[in-house]
Amino acid sequence: MSTEKNKDIETTGHSWDGIEEYNNPLPKWWLWTFYLTIVWGLIYTIAYPAWPLIRGATPGLLGFSTREDVAADIAAVNERNAAIMERLADVELASLADDAELQGFARNAGAAVFRSNCVQCHGAGAAGVQASGYPNLLDDDWLWGGTIDDIAFTVTNGIRNEQSPDARYSEMPAFGELLEGDEIKALVAHVRAISGQEYDAALAATGAELFIDNCAACHGDEGKGDQGVGAPNLTDAIWLYGGDEARLAETITYARFGVMPAWSEEYRHGQGLDRAEINAVAAYVHGLGGGQ
Amino acid sequence: MLDYVKLAALGLVALLAAIAANLARDLPYMVHAIIIMLVAAGLFVVTLRRIGEPKPEAPTGYMDDVIRAGVIATALWGVVGFLAGVFIAFQLAFPVLNFEWAQGYMNFGRLRPLHTSAVIFAFGGNALICTSFYIVQRTSAVRLWGGNLAWFVFWGYNLFIVLAATGYVLGGTQGKEYAEPEWYVDLWLTIVWVAYLLVFLGTILTRKEKHIYVANWFLLSFIVTVAMLHVVNNLSLPVSLLGSKSVQLFAGVQDAMTQWWYGHNAVGFFLTAGFLGMMYYFVPKQAERPVFSYKLSIVHFWALIFLYIWAGPHHLHYTALPDWASTLGMVFSVILWMPSWGGMINGLMTLSGAWDKLRTDPIIRMMVISIGFYGMSTFEGPMMSIRAVNSLSHYTDWTIGHVHSGALGWNGMITFGALYFLTPRLWNRERLYSLDMVNWHFWLATIGIVLYAASMWVSGIMEGLMWREVDANGFLVNAFADTVAAKYPMYVVRALGGVLYLSGAIIMCYNLWMTVRGEPAKAPVMAPAE
Repeated sequence: MSTEKNKDIETTGHSWDGIEEYNNPLPKWWLWTFYLTIVWGLIYTIAYPAWPLIRGATPGLLGFSTREDVAADIAAVNERNAAIMERLADVELASLADDAELQGFARNAGAAVFRSNCVQCHGAGAAGVQASGYPNLLDDDWLWGGTIDDIAFTVTNGIRNEQSPDARYSEMPAFGELLEGDEIKALVAHVRAISGQEYDAALAATGAELFIDNCAACHGDEGKGDQGVGAPNLTDAIWLYGGDEARLAETITYARFGVMPAWSEEYRHGQGLDRAEINAVAAYVHGLGGGQ
Repeated sequence: MLDYVKLAALGLVALLAAIAANLARDLPYMVHAIIIMLVAAGLFVVTLRRIGEPKPEAPTGYMDDVIRAGVIATALWGVVGFLAGVFIAFQLAFPVLNFEWAQGYMNFGRLRPLHTSAVIFAFGGNALICTSFYIVQRTSAVRLWGGNLAWFVFWGYNLFIVLAATGYVLGGTQGKEYAEPEWYVDLWLTIVWVAYLLVFLGTILTRKEKHIYVANWFLLSFIVTVAMLHVVNNLSLPVSLLGSKSVQLFAGVQDAMTQWWYGHNAVGFFLTAGFLGMMYYFVPKQAERPVFSYKLSIVHFWALIFLYIWAGPHHLHYTALPDWASTLGMVFSVILWMPSWGGMINGLMTLSGAWDKLRTDPIIRMMVISIGFYGMSTFEGPMMSIRAVNSLSHYTDWTIGHVHSGALGWNGMITFGALYFLTPRLWNRERLYSLDMVNWHFWLATIGIVLYAASMWVSGIMEGLMWREVDANGFLVNAFADTVAAKYPMYVVRALGGVLYLSGAIIMCYNLWMTVRGEPAKAPVMAPAE
């Protein structure tokens, strides 16, 4: 391999476009490493499933199977958590806080459920997507109730879906079909007034009357909302679809119809969450800061 | 007479393409039919104008016009492919670059196959075709066989690339990685590839040298195997002769296995064997030294082509693929390590006695670093094919880093070296316009690759570890979005690496252009055919 060696080595005598070739032997380390990998390969294929036969393949001496390995891993975790998961499935959620061990476990498990199933809409940090209809779960402003049982019910049945007969349901009318453009502008001004934003006082006065006639049934006379029908509180600074004039006008004109799927396995053909997982994720969301 | 047959055929193709465009069932098919119609009509007019003109005498000597065209195409497609790569790298770092107005055309999903095909098939393919034409003529001491068939190969191949690229952007894809083009584009490539094989084989068979030079073994194995891979992996039934959609013949895990048998050997035979052919000619030429070992070249050639073809299943560890197939893929990949390194040893040791040129000749430096990256990625590949390593690395950016250290380092750098070697000789110039610029290109590209590969290693291993992280109770610790957020700084570094690499290539294009524009050499640079 050294330069000196080459001096003794003849070329093969061929020349192509001026290119010649030395007749150097194969480097020893190269050849032996090559042999070594072949020997290792033979041993490995005896130890592990490898050679195809007419039906199936050689199973290997070690009984290795990736499918059985992963099944065993999952079974081991399930077995280790079986007792506490059973407790979690049967727990009275309202009194979960009395059992510190179970509550800690539930929040951990719930975080994992949340990361796999909920982050796509609510965000990895559970802060939702601002003004896009994906609610922030970190604050104490709840559309459908913020007690741990409310949250578990929402997770189980979802909102405005066709999966669960018990899905939370309500429907805001599209007021563009009921009111004139000026009236909608007036309503926008009123909503901005009660939410402490800049507003046009003259319009807001008209809007206040329109509000009582058209909106108060769900949002309440003062616009503080009603969790019974998922009507948002309009007097705070938290907006599901945005609180600027354009977005408010859009919401009033066309209405909104936010959907959340039902997560219970009962409504998802075995693909959803079981009771323990629902309790866990409810405990996690409840514990994020805004739980009531 | 032949001209009239040609006219009739071209006229018929133009007419059929016009009808097909009219009846097309989808946008990519319609655009492709229009492209084919325009090409056929253009050729019809050209042929018509030439009818009756006296035939020029059959030229003698080496056929270099088509190689000059190939050098230009390689350089241009290179810049296009790198630019697409840089852009999609920034799209990953800054998703806002997936512009709302360009959705469905210029979002990441559409541009990513455009990038991979542009660099592998447009840049790499044109480089392989033009250098193989150059090498096979010089080492066989004979003009290319088949007359203008070589021109058909060049234009036919580049038409394939235009059809493939426009198809991706318009949504005409069969969704198989590196084999995205739809059925009629595949059929066209098959015709072109057979013509390529004929030209290459015809030249070898009419050679005036007694023996076939090692570079030609590699190039021939590349052409033959790619033909086989291409045909088998693209077996499909068109839904309609008037639409671009087709249905794969294989289904499920069989389809996946065929796809990665193809995909891995696209790497093995296109990007390894083909480029080794390039290396075996240009490195000894530029170094002006004999090849290190004839024996090694024989042994590693046969070992490489025998072993590579079995390694595909390592792309499907821990999937629906049976364990036995996955084991075999892994074992063959590990045994492949030394045969791959045979090429590196032969390339590097060819320089023994000429190491001083590393200081003075930036083109040699480029070739040496290329062989270095070849050695590194052919070690990394077998390592990543080991099941335990793969369980961490698979689906992560580590894979992206691995292919780019191979593609940017090995394929890119050896091609740049070949282009610098070829341009003064093909255009009969005394020397390159500027060696300083080659030096700049070398450092920009090298630093670019280091930034690219290092950032992808870090981000790949990080995301692999984050994905598998579980807490004491066995619960998942990270959401997928957490891993995406964590990769952001590495994505920016990667994109910057790409910018450096692209800048180097642009400098190369300027340098080559100025070389071509320079004064012709006083004496011919190339030795005449013997």
